[in-house]
Amino acid sequence: MISKTVIDEFKTIVGENNVMTNEVDRQNYAYDAAVLEPVIPAAVVRPSAGEEIGRIVKICNDNLIPVTVRGAGTNLTGGTIPLEDGIVLLTNRMNKVLELNEEDMYVRVEPGVVTAKLAAQVAAKGLFYPPDPGSQAVSTIAGNVAENAGGLRGLKYGVTKDYVMGIEFYNAEGNLVTGGSKTVKCATGYNLTGLMTASEGTLGIFSEITLKLVPPPKASKAMMAIYDSVEAATETVAAIIAAKIVPCTLEFLDNFTINAVEDFSKVGLPRDAKALLLIEVDGHPAEVEEDAQRVEDICKDRGAGRIQVAQNEAEKTKIWEARRTALTALARLKPTLILEDATVPRSKIPAMVAGIEVLAKKYDIPIGTFGHAGDGNLHPTILTDKRDKAEIHKVEQCVSDLFDIALKLDGTLSGEHGIGIAKAGFMVNEVGQSSIDFSRTMKKSIDPNSILNPGKIIGR
Amino acid sequence: MSNLNELSQLLKEIEDQLADCMKCGMCQAVCPVFTETGDEGDVARGKIFLLERLGDQLLHDAKGAKKRIEKCLLCGTCGANCPSGVKIIEIFLKARAALTTYVGLSPVKQIIFRGMLKHPKRFTGLVDLASKFQGLGISKANIDQGTCCSKMMSGLIGDRHFKPLAKKPLHKICPELDTAPGKSGIKVAFYPGCVVDKMNPEIGEAALKVFAHHGVGVFMPANQACCGIPALASGDKQTFENLLDHNISRFSNAEFDYIITPCATCSSTIKEIWPMMAGGQDSKHYPAIKMLSEKTMDISQFLVDVLKVTPVQGGGKAAKQVTYHDPCHLGKSLGVYSQPRTLVQANPDCELVEMNEADYCCGNGGSFNLQNYDLSCEIGMRKRNNIVATGADIVATSCPACMMQMTDMLSQNNDTIRVKHVIELYADSME
Repeated sequence: MISKTVIDEFKTIVGENNVMTNEVDRQNYAYDAAVLEPVIPAAVVRPSAGEEIGRIVKICNDNLIPVTVRGAGTNLTGGTIPLEDGIVLLTNRMNKVLELNEEDMYVRVEPGVVTAKLAAQVAAKGLFYPPDPGSQAVSTIAGNVAENAGGLRGLKYGVTKDYVMGIEFYNAEGNLVTGGSKTVKCATGYNLTGLMTASEGTLGIFSEITLKLVPPPKASKAMMAIYDSVEAATETVAAIIAAKIVPCTLEFLDNFTINAVEDFSKVGLPRDAKALLLIEVDGHPAEVEEDAQRVEDICKDRGAGRIQVAQNEAEKTKIWEARRTALTALARLKPTLILEDATVPRSKIPAMVAGIEVLAKKYDIPIGTFGHAGDGNLHPTILTDKRDKAEIHKVEQCVSDLFDIALKLDGTLSGEHGIGIAKAGFMVNEVGQSSIDFSRTMKKSIDPNSILNPGKIIGR
Repeated sequence: MSNLNELSQLLKEIEDQLADCMKCGMCQAVCPVFTETGDEGDVARGKIFLLERLGDQLLHDAKGAKKRIEKCLLCGTCGANCPSGVKIIEIFLKARAALTTYVGLSPVKQIIFRGMLKHPKRFTGLVDLASKFQGLGISKANIDQGTCCSKMMSGLIGDRHFKPLAKKPLHKICPELDTAPGKSGIKVAFYPGCVVDKMNPEIGEAALKVFAHHGVGVFMPANQACCGIPALASGDKQTFENLLDHNISRFSNAEFDYIITPCATCSSTIKEIWPMMAGGQDSKHYPAIKMLSEKTMDISQFLVDVLKVTPVQGGGKAAKQVTYHDPCHLGKSLGVYSQPRTLVQANPDCELVEMNEADYCCGNGGSFNLQNYDLSCEIGMRKRNNIVATGADIVATSCPACMMQMTDMLSQNNDTIRVKHVIELYADSME
């Protein structure tokens, strides 16, 4: 329960209409896209400027009120699920692009700018912002930075962290802190930009972000290769990497996903195919031609049954249709979908896929696997019904085993979704207790009252 | 109101459909209401969550939740783009019925739906009477748009610019019709819908002229009832069922090949909502509903797909530039996008120019406009700006409700762009 005095202070800062306290409004900020129990916050506050964030955080710190920041609420690990006695700080009123600098190739934005809208604005100026997380049509930039979101282009272009040049954020006391710069190089002070990226709202609250832009590729070529064995497909991935070719995207679909896609959109995929690779290379036209030919040769050499190279934009769109509809097609099979993102070094993809197949059999749970094979970040997608408590228990066991497999292969718990609440308990298995202790010590000194999204990443 | 358990029982019917929502939040990208407000409670995911909580008896403020659920245009954009294929419109209509059963229908709505709309003769008679007295207290707002506004009634209707009720409604111009098929060999049942009958009879006349031109026989029974969507959108299932029964008695015993309407909302209601909401296959009316729903077609779809109307090449430059707005209930609900455009192009005097976001909702949403006028205007202004940016002379569409909204928005801004139904443009080409 937050006192009326505090609520009134919030209202003074952001206006009456931007503080929500009634039951219905609060319930709508109790969840995100993770399959976890909702927690209803005590209030929801919507600032419109950085200075307002500072004042809100200060009040929260003085009154020991936990703050959970929310952009579009598409988090898959519960990072935006608030605390019962806490507030949700909603950033989507702060959605302005402050400066798009073509000369120095950066863009300065408020936290609530929607990723796809920013990418479109940047593209209109002939520049390129590569990170393209699956939720980009709604996700916000600050959410992407706070989770270090990835996407389909990770392999060649990297992920969100590779584009964050500078940040401004408010610390637990409500003071403005800056990190990074507008320069390409910056060796000034601690790398606060790096520290804050993937911090999931536990160390500070972003008020402004400066992102790097790059020139877009001049040409690209896409192809689809179909395999009658998973091994042949995954070995192709390893062979492409070994040949020192870096496609901009290299996606994998297993037989389960292929059939789901075919049921859903009838794009003409062979139902008996065991795996499918979607590969796109981009860059200078001559380089694209050469790389595409070499990739095609490697696919053939590794036993692809059929290779389809897109000859024009329409064919390219058709090839990508299978990948675009993968999640949608799987989502329609069962009410609940759990999208995992445990990631392994790319050479371990064959072992990871084999391991997932064993788990699906062991637990007798449908798992469709697709995703970013080129960067080792597959999405084993578990289909279930969260209302079936017995099955959910089985799913939890299965996920736990999945993490073990990824870690044994020198992988990591999360490639792009973050840790949040869902994976906090598994952190120790990957990084060890002393790393968690180090992180907790750091958190305690930065946020002594533990008001910034407590419980996320490192537990309590 | 009684206990939450009762409401939970009423919501059981949609329990499985609710569970299909995986809370991905992608509906935020397309919802016209959320685009304006940025509030989770305004988007489908938020509303579905509230319904789940009511079902689980974990939300106590049923009245507050009802208000939230009703703050929706029912445009269906979220459903058309939902990755999980959640049946959002079905969920919302059934939820509105359950919540209204539980909370009760407002006294005003009781008078409108159960006292008037439910009885087609009484409703028509009252509107006829009103049209005679409407000159009192209204003044001309915009001569180009032919709109009025009313200081006297501003408490009720705000500052809307509206077209007055027709001096002579369609049912006075042509009370009923039953003609044999001509050269086309086809006979249609014509369902003009309430707005065309009472406010835009010229659309009905244009349709009848086009049917005659193509040698199409027309069955138009007197005393047709509303399609029922206004009642259903307010959760009044009882009135909806009465209207359904009435319409079945008017249409189901006659011989015709298609039911044609010039109203996108009536088309999608009869085609999709009637079978969805009429109590399933066991209901006594199911065979009649199935027959009527299968035979229902939008007028442009009929002309292009059945009568094979094609675009014509005008001699030289077309006299008028026409842009087309896709009504949600025609585009997103029924997938009819190209046929109305073909109809525009079938008039040699018209040149089609596309607007940006042609299938973005106009913001009317029926009773949404009455209950959330400011928000409806914000959404409507986006449409208005897209229309004006084309530089067209005419904005055409296929839904009288969208026409009402666009007329209001254009009129408020003193724009001279005229609002027309595509069938009017097509009929103009056959002098």
